[in-house]
Amino acid sequence: MEAIYLTFVFMLSIFLGFELISKVPSTLHTPLMSGSNAISGITLIGALESVKHGHESVAVILGVLAVALATVNVVGGYAVTDRMLAMFKKKA
Amino acid sequence: MNMDLIINFSYVVSAILFVFGLKMLSSPATARKGNMLSAVGMLLAIVVTLLYAGLDYKWIALGVAIGSVVGVVAAYRVQMTSMPEMVALFNGFGGLASLLLAWAEYHQTGELSTFIAVVTMLTVFIGGVTFSGSMIAFAKLAELISSKAVIFKGQHIVNGAILLGALAAAIAFVMAPASSYPVFIFMAVVALLFGITSVIPIGGADMPVVISLLNSYSGLAACAAGFVVNNNILIVAGALVGASGIILTKIMCKAMNRSLGNVLFSGFGSVIQAKGSGPQGEVRPATAEDVYYILEAADSVAFVPGYGLAVAQAQHVVQELGELLEQNGTEVVYAIHPVAGRMPGHMNVLLAEANVPYDQLVEMDEINPRMDSVDVCVVIGANDVVNPAALDDESSPIYGMPIIETHRAKTVIVLKRSMNPGFAGIQNALFFNDNTRMYFGDAKASIQALVAEFKSGN
Repeated sequence: MEAIYLTFVFMLSIFLGFELISKVPSTLHTPLMSGSNAISGITLIGALESVKHGHESVAVILGVLAVALATVNVVGGYAVTDRMLAMFKKKA
Repeated sequence: MNMDLIINFSYVVSAILFVFGLKMLSSPATARKGNMLSAVGMLLAIVVTLLYAGLDYKWIALGVAIGSVVGVVAAYRVQMTSMPEMVALFNGFGGLASLLLAWAEYHQTGELSTFIAVVTMLTVFIGGVTFSGSMIAFAKLAELISSKAVIFKGQHIVNGAILLGALAAAIAFVMAPASSYPVFIFMAVVALLFGITSVIPIGGADMPVVISLLNSYSGLAACAAGFVVNNNILIVAGALVGASGIILTKIMCKAMNRSLGNVLFSGFGSVIQAKGSGPQGEVRPATAEDVYYILEAADSVAFVPGYGLAVAQAQHVVQELGELLEQNGTEVVYAIHPVAGRMPGHMNVLLAEANVPYDQLVEMDEINPRMDSVDVCVVIGANDVVNPAALDDESSPIYGMPIIETHRAKTVIVLKRSMNPGFAGIQNALFFNDNTRMYFGDAKASIQALVAEFKSGN
């Protein structure tokens, strides 16, 4: 049942994503892409959980690498998106 | 148990913040706040995850510290012209992180249920393809390797064989996950290989499509990893990104009048049209002074920038000229084709960086219906996206591609270095139209000359 339930969540999120993203004007497509880079850093959440006491050292190393890479996405993605969006100004 | 409830409830809140963040991206006025909201959602998810019992904080701190430093430095040092490279790199990191997460899980648990085994294979495959494909896309965009389409004989057969190998490996793995460590590694290698062989044949001009697609993959990889670790927030956020990438891919394909299959498998850009064919005729060159008088008398001016504008570093002088025109009582807009620049929306960012207000940035579909009332179109560094052959010449390779219909404006001024045809090697009938004046020279120097004319004229 767990699998079905997760698939449900997945399906509904995809449809929600289509609805949301199709409303983003093409003016903002580059920040959208860098912003979604940041969101895809969500893997970080899973990676954090995998770095546990008592885990085998190989698993911990893999987990830490995943944490580092996903953090680059999260931190870099949000920061560069903010930097870009700050440039979009209304006519004075 | 109670802690589990708090953590998972917080994930729901994070998901809501992601959704609202994306919703606010629908207008430049609210977009920055939306990005903040999304970041707050992410921070919340990270903080509550750290409440799980048994985490090894010193290792986590190390990973987070390295990632944060790299991320911050990259975000604040990257040039706006290099955004496509950065997005390509980040796509790759996302894919690799998901692959490594699935690996760490498998290494730790070993015995997996059939469902988990299937999604583990999916994560490894999508993550691996995303990573190596993105690295190739990055290398092409940064011109570390030739940006041309690399085509070799039997390419489709090689790719087909790789896919079959991946499928066989996945089946073998799912049958007996606990004893299939070598199969797992084999799958990772095959995925990395497929990322390379599937992106290498795609030409530089098609990179906007490819990075949009890889953007989608990086989300789907996170999604698949969410199934592996049984975590809703990964699935929701990954699916949002996956959907976003798919939409952008579709928009890019439509704007280039190509199907996705055509982009991925045909190696366009390797075929250059025979030069010298196409429309011929007499062009009407104009001097800076001629152009000045035309612009000075115009009530409305639409700049149509292409990536050549950014190459010539002319966006700041164009903005200056735009401002002078406005002071002169002229309505100024910047009409931007969806494929102008090197990634979706790139041209808009470059102009925003040069202080062009976003209310002057208009989309192709917005300007075309009122093109007849535009007095002057100034085409800078763009060629194919204003080529009327796309509308009326069925034999043209770009026939059917939507264009900015500058030829319908009262006067068109085309800034061009020389009469060489554009990127696709296609001659442009627009240059020979009666209402077109050619203003030859380097884009930046040409615009600077106009700015000087305006300043001395006032």
